Amino acid sequence: MYETYRDLPPIQITTESTKGNQTGTWRTFRPVIDLDKCDRCYTCWIFCPDVSIIVEEEGDYPSIDLIHCKGCGICANDCGPGAITMEREPL
Amino acid sequence: MARGGGELIREHMSGKFIIPREELMHPGHSACPGCGEPIAMRLLLKALGPRTVMNVPAGCCAVIPGVWPRYSLKIPLIDHAFECTGATSSGIRAALDAKGMNDITVVGWAGDGGTVDIGLQSLSGAIDRGTDFLYVMYDNEAYMNTGSQCSGSTPWGAWTTTTPGGNEISHRTGKKRILEMLVENGISYAATVNIAFPEDLIKRAQIAQSIRGPKFLHILSPCPSGWKMDPSKTVEVAKLATQTGMFPLYEYRDSQYQFTEEIKDRKPVEEYLRLQRRFRHLSPTQISEIQNLVDNRLRELDARMEASRK
Amino acid sequence: MIDALTANQAAAIAAKLARIEVAAVYPITPQTTISEMMAEMVSRGELDARFMLMESEHSAMSALIGASYVGARTFTATSSHGLALMHEVLMWASGVRRPIVMPVAARTIGGPWNIWGEHMDVITERDVGWMQFYCENNQEVLDTVLMAYKVSEDPSVMLPAMVVIDGFILTHTVDAVSVPEQHLVDEYLPSFNPDPVLNIDDPRRFGGLIMPDWWTEFRYRIALDMEGAKKRIQEADAEFGKIFGRNYGGLVENYRTDDADVVLVIAGSAAGTAKEVVDHLRDEGLRVGVARMRVFRPFPSEEIAELNSKDVIGVFDRSYTFGDGGAMFNEVRSAMHGSDNIIKNYVGGLGGRDVTAAHIEWIFRNMLDILDNGLDRKIEWVGLRDGSGRW
Repeated sequence: MYETYRDLPPIQITTESTKGNQTGTWRTFRPVIDLDKCDRCYTCWIFCPDVSIIVEEEGDYPSIDLIHCKGCGICANDCGPGAITMEREPL
Repeated sequence: MARGGGELIREHMSGKFIIPREELMHPGHSACPGCGEPIAMRLLLKALGPRTVMNVPAGCCAVIPGVWPRYSLKIPLIDHAFECTGATSSGIRAALDAKGMNDITVVGWAGDGGTVDIGLQSLSGAIDRGTDFLYVMYDNEAYMNTGSQCSGSTPWGAWTTTTPGGNEISHRTGKKRILEMLVENGISYAATVNIAFPEDLIKRAQIAQSIRGPKFLHILSPCPSGWKMDPSKTVEVAKLATQTGMFPLYEYRDSQYQFTEEIKDRKPVEEYLRLQRRFRHLSPTQISEIQNLVDNRLRELDARMEASRK
Repeated sequence: MIDALTANQAAAIAAKLARIEVAAVYPITPQTTISEMMAEMVSRGELDARFMLMESEHSAMSALIGASYVGARTFTATSSHGLALMHEVLMWASGVRRPIVMPVAARTIGGPWNIWGEHMDVITERDVGWMQFYCENNQEVLDTVLMAYKVSEDPSVMLPAMVVIDGFILTHTVDAVSVPEQHLVDEYLPSFNPDPVLNIDDPRRFGGLIMPDWWTEFRYRIALDMEGAKKRIQEADAEFGKIFGRNYGGLVENYRTDDADVVLVIAGSAAGTAKEVVDHLRDEGLRVGVARMRVFRPFPSEEIAELNSKDVIGVFDRSYTFGDGGAMFNEVRSAMHGSDNIIKNYVGGLGGRDVTAAHIEWIFRNMLDILDNGLDRKIEWVGLRDGSGRW
């Protein structure tokens, strides 16, 4: 959006969110949720460092924002009922 | 196998949010996979809400919010030099007060090196000035942004790039007792919190927010690359830090110390150490030495709590 | 109202007249009396500002950077080691475009210890993106603090400014100072309303990481705006003259230079002595003049280049930076590059040693001798005990 120094704001200030960063490309392993095992405790949502577990409304099952999920695997490691597995991304 | 926070959370009703729903952090930030810092940041901001202004020094905390012109948090953030978090918070607070914006919470957020080492003077000054703010130290136990150099908050025996054989070369005393130092400095409220205990973290942050004057939170924030561990183990390891007594959770409030998370059936420190390759070089003797240090530390804390209640 | 004031008192009164909102103070000789007077004014209720006692100068500047983002007009003062300790955050302040105004009681930097006046502390901070105003007397200190806010806060500038006060020579000596009426100051200096400013309802990040793809552009903006500040300084000086009836000639004050053959470039309180000496030598019919370097940053390259027609230029450095001559000398020499006049560096007045009329007269006579006989030596330390010190 900026072309030259002339377009710059007088003071360096941010203008957009990091949502534009596709950190999902960092991922080696992808979390996959088995909804039959999920008991909707939302542990995965609470601990996700990348705000990449989506729960729209109370009662909903969680889903994963694969654009941003870095594949750390915390959600799978800490899932009480073991509903999340980490699967190798294709090369 | 010891599960992470899941056990705790499952005790609650399914399908309900047990911590605040509002997100004040965007995805797409620059933290490494499995980093504890954004977990701590996200939970803290959920606790404090959007009328919060934050300032951060050098460190991972200056990198994680993203590269200009992008930004990951939904609160105003001011970056500054390494050693002046407390001072910058004092200035922000003063100007907000001068402008009549007294309801805004000011948070200085810094790492352990930026707090217990280079930033200690400025934090002490902010307490002395009585600045109404919350200072949060996310503790990953070394200078992680520069690649794991020993800080004053590195635990005894840990490998870092500047203590390649464990820290017998120097740093002989282990983690500086920053919370107690700040209590003696005159802080209004202080607590240790842990990302693996999110409800407690949120509760302590909200208590701190409700108290006027300088407040301090010490958050344990595991660093998978620096601690040389699997990034999926961040919460599990953090939880073990408290369950083994390596990182006890306690607060200082109304002139009294108290444990905020009682440790029942304390686990041996080895369970915590063996998940992290930064402790891999330790001999059985050294591990029992660490166990002794932890035992003594908890006895000392007990005595401190007892004494503060008298 | 005419009052008998030290320059430090004049600086503190100027801060009050500027209606500063946040002050951060830390003591250091010979600045301390500014902080003390601010404290008194705040405690008496004469100054409605948040007054912060800091635990170091580094913290004082850091606090003001934070306060300035929120939109407060900010003030601190320092000297010597305090300024050196601030070095890192001075660069931060200019890099993030905070228009902080700071009087500096110019002093030595140890070791060994010496608390007296010279320009070493401010000269070593010439490259940090701050404007630098060098004052000749106490009146100019008061007036320059007001002008500095005017220029610094101009949306086209947004850079911090140091107001240099010669340690002890001005900071601790009393002179007659005309203190302007508050309503006139308010007319001259509107309230500080920066845009953008920290806004809780429109959360942004200020000062975060910039990659190599844009860093150069941000630095270029600072360079351009520092250059543009020259015009703003001239305008601010002229407008000051209209409202208060006195001004200072912009960036360089030329004193009897029009028909001069030799001109001494000099900054600070010693310029007053130099003007005095010029008057005496003019009585003898000698064509000498003084170009007082009032502003060293932005550097007055055009004004200095105008001196190209003079046969001999002397540059007096009240500091020494251990290079090929002093810092002021080198910048003047480079602004005159290509002209065929002779430029010589004089160094003196260090560590509280007076720059006397006799020293200055010797300098002028030496320059006149060079006019006839050519350059004797490039760098000359003046007033050394063995009377030489030259190479």
